[in-house]
Amino acid sequence: MSEPSQTNFVRTQMLPPSPPPLREAGVVRWLRENLFSGWFNTILTLFGLVVIWLLVSSALPWWLNGVWTAGSLGECREIIAKTAGEGASGACWAVVRERWHQFIFGFYPVDLWWRPVLAFCLLFAAMGPVLFAGQKRKLLILLGAVVAMILILVTLAASAVPNEVPGQTDAPFVWKLALALSLLTIGAMMALTAAGSGKLLWFTGLYPALCFWLLWGGPIWVPLGALFGFVLLAVVYSSLLKRAGPGMAAGLGLIVALVWWLFIDAPVTVALNDAIPFGLTSVQSDEFGGFLLAITIGVTAITFSLPVGILLALGRQSDMLIVKTLCVGFIEFIRGVPLITLLFTASLLLQYFLPPGTNFDIILRVIILVTLFAAAYLAEVIRGGLAALPRGQYEAADALGLDYWQAQRFIILPQALKVSIPAIVSTFIGLFKDTTLVAFVGLMDPLKGVTQIVRADIDWKGIYWEPYIFVGAIFFVICFGMSRYSMYLERKLKTDHR
Amino acid sequence: MALAHDAPKDSFRLSMLIYDTRYRAVTIQVFVLILVAAFFAWLLNNTIENLAIRGKEFNYGFLWQRAGYDIGQQLIPYTNDSTHFRALLVGLLNTLAVAALGCIFATILGVLIGVLRLSKNWLVSRLMTVYVEMFRNVPVLLWILLAYVILSEVTPSPRDFKAAEGVEPAASMVLGGTVAITNRGTNIPAPMVDHPLGGFEIGGIPVNFTVLAFISVIVASFWANARILTAARLKQEATGDRPTTWWKSLLVLFVPVIALSLALGLHWDIPALAGFNFKGGILVAHSFTALLVALTLYTSAFIAEIVRAGILAISKGQSEAAFALGLRPGRTMQLVILPQALRVIIPPLISQYLNITKNTSLGIAVSYLDLRGTLGGISLNQTGRELECMLLMMAIYLTLSLTISTLMNFYNKSVQLKVR
Repeated sequence: MSEPSQTNFVRTQMLPPSPPPLREAGVVRWLRENLFSGWFNTILTLFGLVVIWLLVSSALPWWLNGVWTAGSLGECREIIAKTAGEGASGACWAVVRERWHQFIFGFYPVDLWWRPVLAFCLLFAAMGPVLFAGQKRKLLILLGAVVAMILILVTLAASAVPNEVPGQTDAPFVWKLALALSLLTIGAMMALTAAGSGKLLWFTGLYPALCFWLLWGGPIWVPLGALFGFVLLAVVYSSLLKRAGPGMAAGLGLIVALVWWLFIDAPVTVALNDAIPFGLTSVQSDEFGGFLLAITIGVTAITFSLPVGILLALGRQSDMLIVKTLCVGFIEFIRGVPLITLLFTASLLLQYFLPPGTNFDIILRVIILVTLFAAAYLAEVIRGGLAALPRGQYEAADALGLDYWQAQRFIILPQALKVSIPAIVSTFIGLFKDTTLVAFVGLMDPLKGVTQIVRADIDWKGIYWEPYIFVGAIFFVICFGMSRYSMYLERKLKTDHR
Repeated sequence: MALAHDAPKDSFRLSMLIYDTRYRAVTIQVFVLILVAAFFAWLLNNTIENLAIRGKEFNYGFLWQRAGYDIGQQLIPYTNDSTHFRALLVGLLNTLAVAALGCIFATILGVLIGVLRLSKNWLVSRLMTVYVEMFRNVPVLLWILLAYVILSEVTPSPRDFKAAEGVEPAASMVLGGTVAITNRGTNIPAPMVDHPLGGFEIGGIPVNFTVLAFISVIVASFWANARILTAARLKQEATGDRPTTWWKSLLVLFVPVIALSLALGLHWDIPALAGFNFKGGILVAHSFTALLVALTLYTSAFIAEIVRAGILAISKGQSEAAFALGLRPGRTMQLVILPQALRVIIPPLISQYLNITKNTSLGIAVSYLDLRGTLGGISLNQTGRELECMLLMMAIYLTLSLTISTLMNFYNKSVQLKVR
């Protein structure tokens, strides 16, 4: 046929790939796909931009003109008018600087602040082994965050307290905070070294009594007496476990412990305290306030509501008619009424329901009611988890010859709880937010109690955004942190492959 | 036969109550029952003793005594000469008013935000995420207090609306000059009729024929519209052609109401500045507005999450199948995704509605006189009958919650997948 020279052009080399058209690459493409992919999307984007512009244009000058050092709202406004010009808006953060200690501690005595701070630090040492078992890096991050928080607190304290809080000598105050911090460091070291093996779990068990003692003070024999009840329970339980089975053993142990707590504990404690008086200055419940109060109630109620909720859920799923009816009645009653009415019951009706003359601490009453309230919600959440388990799991447990409690402990509950983690944590978040409602029974929660006091001060009358933003931001950080933790836990416990 | 007789007969021993699983359940239940009964007997005994010490008796007679206090917002006539029971009713209606409006607004806002959060638009979905996280993670009490403080301290006083000579007034009415927001409350236009139809009272609760006429006409219009749509669907299924219905629907839905309005002479009474205050229209107290706004914003964040989770729960194959059938995105949402998502959405939505109802009791923070404010607040303090008031209040809240959950469960059953 024809010569090779007459054939059409044959390419012997690959061309380098040409760059994509401008519209299909980089920022432009991203913008086109995500913001302007159609007329509707474009309208939405413009709408969003307008909203952002409105928010920023009204709030940004306010943030930028913020004043941190002033004695009253009037002074704040003068400073703003001087620096930013007449008529400019500006935040008056001076109120936070001046009153932060009330938002955090309420009326807790100033020279005893080291106690709640120490209790708060140790809380992380106690929670670490439970929350981040075997995750040293996570623990490190957690501890770093806490240390940073404490440092900020101390800086604030050092700058604000000596001027603002009358009647306190500042040398022991700073010294005690330093002690708390060094103890914190020791705690952090211990937590880190023991995190992997769970060796620190004993501390987690000991923590509630320690925390109670640090916060309320008083003779050390009171928390020790309470702890001894648990020791009795454990001893009776382990000695009877073989002969009577777990249910009976736990029941008998509980009876022995109750007898100790109700009848023997108080005289023994008094006698011991007379013999060896040792204790901290005691602090009354009405001196508690602010986030100290919210966190005390929240953490205690969260800790105790989970076991109660699990028991209620198991009771509701039980075959025993009477137990089941009682559990259903309790759960539906608690879920049917607002928390406020229960809190009022704690403050108004308990004087009718208890033997004449008994009177116990209002914070304790509130904690019990909040615990029961959260437990009823948790019971429903866990019941959902139990119902989601296939019937075969129960049958497999039976086939292995496990008894009821073994089956629950090794097979049913680990799976049911895992399924319900998000809902459990959101119940906890709800509980923590609901601690603000204790304001209605006369306690000083950070939101209504303390803010009301601050706003009633003649110096700060008419201030509203700043204290609410401050309190709201702290609530946000805690609640948002909890929800992120639940996501982490979900990922960590995920065993199925998708 | 002999063998059967030889089998050792289980003679009942007392230890079997504990060790034999057949009897153990009974033992435990009897034990629990005795404990619970003893506990309640103890409570009752304490209560009787305490009442005797205080010289009180358990008696609901106080409900028919004169209440002697005023209530700002009353949906049924009430004066301070009315009884405590009447005050209870007014409070209950106030609770229900906030709860019902809150449920409606929170659902609308929540669905909108939930859908927008799933939008492919990057900016809008981020904005909605910020909204949801912001309102979910902060106590609702903060939103209530903040809304109330802003409404009552930032808004202008009625004096500022006055135009002085040559000077523009410092504040003006919003929404085309019909609504005035002052530091005393929000003045909104009130519907008025020239020829009212009259009414009567049943047990102190007024029944207004005019309102009744409007409600019945609207209900009848919707019923007729539903009939038209059903007829159209049946015809479509029989013949394949769908008759045009939009103009019939418009006619049926709007003409009767407009006709009734014209016949009765409906007009709006717009608030106007008279002297130092606004006259005419309805004055909505800030406590009501703040509570409603805060509950709506807070709950809508939760509803948005529920809606989002419900839509995400429908597997992608469903929408892909719908696209493969040639359905447009809108129709896919309407015909395929939403009917399935509703099944996931409704149960948690019920508990959000219950939460709104229970959270209305936070109105105490802004002195909104709901059930808790009247029966559990002022009535309780005036009569000193804590036990009676608290028990009655809990019973009412419990009834309310159980009623709502029963009603919603009926609805839930009707949308659930029918499995046979």
